[in-house]
Amino acid sequence: MYAYDELDRTLINERVEEFRDQVRRRLSGELTEDEFKMLRLQNGVYLQLHAYMFRIAIPYGTLSSKQLRRLAHVARRYDRGYGHFTTRQNIQFNWIKLAELPDALADLAEVGIHSMQTSGNNTRNVTSDQWAGVAPGEIEDPRIWSELLRQFTTLHPEFSFLPRKFKFAITACAHDRAAIKIHDIGLRLHKNAQGETGFEVLVGGGLGRTPFIAKTIKPFVHGRDLLSYVEAILRVYNQYGRRDNIYKARIKILVHELGIEKFASEVEGEWRAMGDSALTLDDTVIEEIRSRFSYPRYEKLPHMPEELRLAARDPLFERWRRNSVSTHKMQGYAIVTLSLKPVGGPPGDASADQMDAIAELADKYSFGEIRVGHEQNLALPHVAKRDLPALWKALDKIGLATPNVNLVSDIIACPGLDYCSLANARSIPIAQELTRRFANHDTAGLIGRLHINISGCINACGHHHVGHIGILGVEKNGEEFYQITIGGRADENAELGALIGPAVPYREVADVVEDIVEAYLALRERPDELFVDTVKRLGVEPFRERVYATR
Amino acid sequence: MPLVKNARIVTDIFVQVPDGAELPDDGAVLVSATRFLEDPETLLARPGRLGVVWPNNRVVDDLVPFLDRLAVVALAFPTFRDGRAYSQARLLRERHGYDGELRATGQVLRDQFVFMLRAGFDAFETKKQSDAEAFAVTAKRYSVFYQPTGDGRVTALNRRMQQRHSESAGQ
Repeated sequence: MYAYDELDRTLINERVEEFRDQVRRRLSGELTEDEFKMLRLQNGVYLQLHAYMFRIAIPYGTLSSKQLRRLAHVARRYDRGYGHFTTRQNIQFNWIKLAELPDALADLAEVGIHSMQTSGNNTRNVTSDQWAGVAPGEIEDPRIWSELLRQFTTLHPEFSFLPRKFKFAITACAHDRAAIKIHDIGLRLHKNAQGETGFEVLVGGGLGRTPFIAKTIKPFVHGRDLLSYVEAILRVYNQYGRRDNIYKARIKILVHELGIEKFASEVEGEWRAMGDSALTLDDTVIEEIRSRFSYPRYEKLPHMPEELRLAARDPLFERWRRNSVSTHKMQGYAIVTLSLKPVGGPPGDASADQMDAIAELADKYSFGEIRVGHEQNLALPHVAKRDLPALWKALDKIGLATPNVNLVSDIIACPGLDYCSLANARSIPIAQELTRRFANHDTAGLIGRLHINISGCINACGHHHVGHIGILGVEKNGEEFYQITIGGRADENAELGALIGPAVPYREVADVVEDIVEAYLALRERPDELFVDTVKRLGVEPFRERVYATR
Repeated sequence: MPLVKNARIVTDIFVQVPDGAELPDDGAVLVSATRFLEDPETLLARPGRLGVVWPNNRVVDDLVPFLDRLAVVALAFPTFRDGRAYSQARLLRERHGYDGELRATGQVLRDQFVFMLRAGFDAFETKKQSDAEAFAVTAKRYSVFYQPTGDGRVTALNRRMQQRHSESAGQ
């Protein structure tokens, strides 16, 4: 965990006071709605269909139990008793009142969390691997660098009014859980031949109306140059990114229009002109940030404790363990994913009571730490294996032990037309129906890893382009229709899915998905050939034939 | 529109002269970039101080050879959402060493003052009188800064390093 110091605390308190003044000026009419809009967006406040929506950043997906309890408090005190975890390590509250927002922010500031820059045309919450610091094989903890970037991007005087929003993601593992290739800047931590830490820098990824997979702009930027190199990219973008058309304003369009070589040479020129800037990080500065992270004091524990051996006789426990428990870098410990995808529930939602209960379990079993992943699930990152049976029972009681992590019912979905003023179609009821269709966890287990992503409009908050099965809501003559793609993925081999056929009406979506899954089961070469691999091997055609033959 | 300089509302001694209109014989004037670049030497030789209003979609490189003879560079914010002039300001101050007046014009609200100060602006033509009046208070709203810029404010990282240094020196 990163511990805020007096300076970090002062800054967010100053931000809260500034926002309090802005809300006061809006309520008194001193600020027009147009003027206020940008200011509230920079504080994570959207105007949705029914009310203001309030988005809070969970930088690089790390939360303390104290912070989670405070989120539960905000849900209860200022909202309707629940929150929604998003695909970018944020949490959203959907029913907040404008006049109460400054107080909610002040309550959050007390535990070192805020909503700065969770919307608006600025640098957004820096996201990372939710298993950072605990994943086996990780090169080093990417959160040190995420925190350096968080500070660098917070209230940046030059880049707070960019052409469009701007998102960073960092990974330090061979397997990318942070989806860096669909970010404006993706950073892959690795070491050079001298053993020094640096980053492969990717640029111009993003979904939305014009999806692109990010391209490598520089294979190795030394860690000490990370901030200056990023500043060079942002400066080129700030000056040359398009501002004439909101749909062409993301950096991906600039990179696409210039071509990656030309864009890279512009950045290189800017970076060289900056010379040895004040942004160059010397080792002591990096150490200073590193020293603010605390790590658990792990015990020396056996690989296979007696408690686990005994619990293995219970098939329900075993099914959950095999699905939701992952290998930890420390022997005797495990990473436990908490599915926020119960059968029939809206993906990513957690009630205030659940949040409080998770905080308590984190204190008891995970050194007070919770993680949030872009798949809209939570994780307890440091659970002693001997505690797994007890933890499972406790999670099951609060509805958080659904053994469907990474399976077909572990659906990523945006809020859709039920909440969002941008949406063309509903997302949540589609997800709910699909979880009911695939409610049998043994069947889901046989199907294997399969990510379904649903977006209620082309803005792609549900990342449908990179779902193994992607579902996009569109509007046709006042009716909800859905385009379905297959073969997308968001990991280190990121790809955009391909359209399987004409859009289908709302009532047919679940049937089509079932048909796709059945086609896969018939087409796969062997049981462990994953859905995406079958699509990769055979292409869309055999799926199209089977699914549309009878339609 | 009110002009704020040195944290006070001041009278603007510069007269903005539209393209094509005749320049007064003396006195301080502001001219457009187009007019300036057509014949910079004649304009610079004219008695009276000269300022240039520079658009935010033109690289500042063309202005660089003349910087030490200009009294004002005015950068434009056509809307407060358009942040190109922040980059121009930093380049003028930090890379090209411009030390004359750097003026923010256009849609300038109090909520941008801190960003603008940090980017190197020292004069602000605000849209609203109330924002101009609020300058002194608003400019002091923040005391912690994460990024190094040319304005000389000490960054949080540097303050931490100083603190660490003094702690270890005291041991």
